[in-house]
Amino acid sequence: MSAGAAFEVSDLCFAYEGSSRLALDGVSFAVAPGVLYTVIGPNGSGKSTLLKLLLGALQPAQGRVVYAGRPLPGWSRRDLARQIGVVPQGGEIMFPVTVREIVEMGRYPHLGLLGRPGRLDHAAVDEALERCDIVGLADRPLSRLSGGERQRALVARALAQQPATLVLDEPTISLDIRHEMQIFELLAELTRQDSVTVVLVTHHLNLAARYADRMLLLDGGAPAAEGPPNQVLRREAVEQVYGWPVAVGAHPGPGRDAGAPQILPLAGTDPSGEPVDGGAS
Amino acid sequence: MSARVALRLAILALAVLLALVASMGFGAADIPVPEVMRAIGGRGDETTRTIVMELRLPRALLAFLVGGALGLAGATLQALLRNPLAEPFLLGVSSGAAVGAVAAVVLGWSALAAWTLPVAAFLGALLATFLVLFVASRTGRGLDTRVLLLGGVVIGMFFNAVILLVLTFASAETFRSAIFWMMGSLAAADWGAAVLLTGYTVPAVAVLVLMARPLNALSVGEETALYLGVRVERVKLAAYILSSLLVAAAVAVSGVIGFVGLIIPHAIRLVWGSDHRMLLPASIFAGGGFLVIADTVARSAAGPSELPVGVITALVGVPLFVLLLIRRKA
Repeated sequence: MSAGAAFEVSDLCFAYEGSSRLALDGVSFAVAPGVLYTVIGPNGSGKSTLLKLLLGALQPAQGRVVYAGRPLPGWSRRDLARQIGVVPQGGEIMFPVTVREIVEMGRYPHLGLLGRPGRLDHAAVDEALERCDIVGLADRPLSRLSGGERQRALVARALAQQPATLVLDEPTISLDIRHEMQIFELLAELTRQDSVTVVLVTHHLNLAARYADRMLLLDGGAPAAEGPPNQVLRREAVEQVYGWPVAVGAHPGPGRDAGAPQILPLAGTDPSGEPVDGGAS
Repeated sequence: MSARVALRLAILALAVLLALVASMGFGAADIPVPEVMRAIGGRGDETTRTIVMELRLPRALLAFLVGGALGLAGATLQALLRNPLAEPFLLGVSSGAAVGAVAAVVLGWSALAAWTLPVAAFLGALLATFLVLFVASRTGRGLDTRVLLLGGVVIGMFFNAVILLVLTFASAETFRSAIFWMMGSLAAADWGAAVLLTGYTVPAVAVLVLMARPLNALSVGEETALYLGVRVERVKLAAYILSSLLVAAAVAVSGVIGFVGLIIPHAIRLVWGSDHRMLLPASIFAGGGFLVIADTVARSAAGPSELPVGVITALVGVPLFVLLLIRRKA
């Protein structure tokens, strides 16, 4: 594993309380600084659990997570929040809050309990709003935003933390093509221009294939493949993990990502994933 | 604090001051405002001075403290539980207090000395608070707010059953005084209670208001708060214990006065939003001011007899709140 990695994960195991099944079983990988790293896998394969372990919200039963050379238990929550901005899967927010208030919360780790927001803080908030193209929405209540706007507001909050690393859990779920692309373009820009490290959990295999530098494919809590997209998204691996026959094509372009592997699920199959004409039923 | 927040709080503080002065004018005998001011300054005739200084002022101050404590506790618990229906009495504190109060009445302590009833109620409230905490902390790592909510509600129900069981065997007189206590009243107010409650509430209020920013983060989600660097478990525990201690004291001196702690924070949110740096102090002022007015109505509306103040808070407050809700949605 590289010495200067953002995240270094070794032999991570975890089981939820009261469950005998391991939610994560021997996961190891490293995320180099400034790369866009995606974690993919079917529902229930342990993607979100892995993120929670990376972020110290859950404690591993075995193995360890090292961030920027220091094992996770050695980080205070506040120091970690100055390093890592997180966009969790959106829960419902019960009380009226404006977009600006949500984004200002990103300054919490820099201010603490009593600090008063100063010029730097306001500048960070303004820049985050601009970066996510929601300056015009700043005074709108979060509850009145569309799914795409809301998601950008949560990304803006993470950016207001001015993090070295950004961790996102399915940020483009239920977004249309344009909003989905905007988020991925923003993440690509952050890694290229600002050298931010991005760790992303997503179900969008094809977008992940085009934007990710490396990816981890999880299968029932265990790593099925790890590496650059064209090594991970091979037909046999994807079919086996997802239980559905696929063809693998190449993105036709134009664009810098022309040729990236694209997964095309095949029709005419029964739910077990066996071809209908396969005879077994 | 931004200038806008300061202005809003100043407006509320001024309204509280006006409510306090007005409340000293109304009652069994109406006193014009100039005479109220003279009495506070230590001048004017002696009867007026006694009515204002010994009866109405301590009672108005106590109403403010109780209303403020309930407003603040309600706002805090709503953020902690991320539940708009949370209110100060949801987690069984009031039922615990009622068990203590009923015990004091039934066992005859309250006939021995007046102070035994609030003390017994306070101890009952503390018992409920720590029982709920015990249950919630026994279910896995950290304080699970869903368990806190459920544990609080069922422990409250258990205490209510205990009260009903005891009252079934109580005399008619005991039954009556227990029911009146539970309806809530500020009639027992005196300077002792007002001073004691001030000294008690100020530190709790100060710490809670300082927690405004972590509560902001907590109110949008525990996971989010954790990732923003909030020490979530510590904040949750402090918010629960401090708000429960405030409610315990309020309920001990005044019984169960509903509605203030539920609706006041929502009313503030509807008008000014959910930033706890504004919401927490505003809930204190608005809750306190509202209870001062409600208590004034309770003791002056129906001639010599007093109406239960909890009835007034709901009768006056609900229509006002519904009006606010409709106007905001339109």
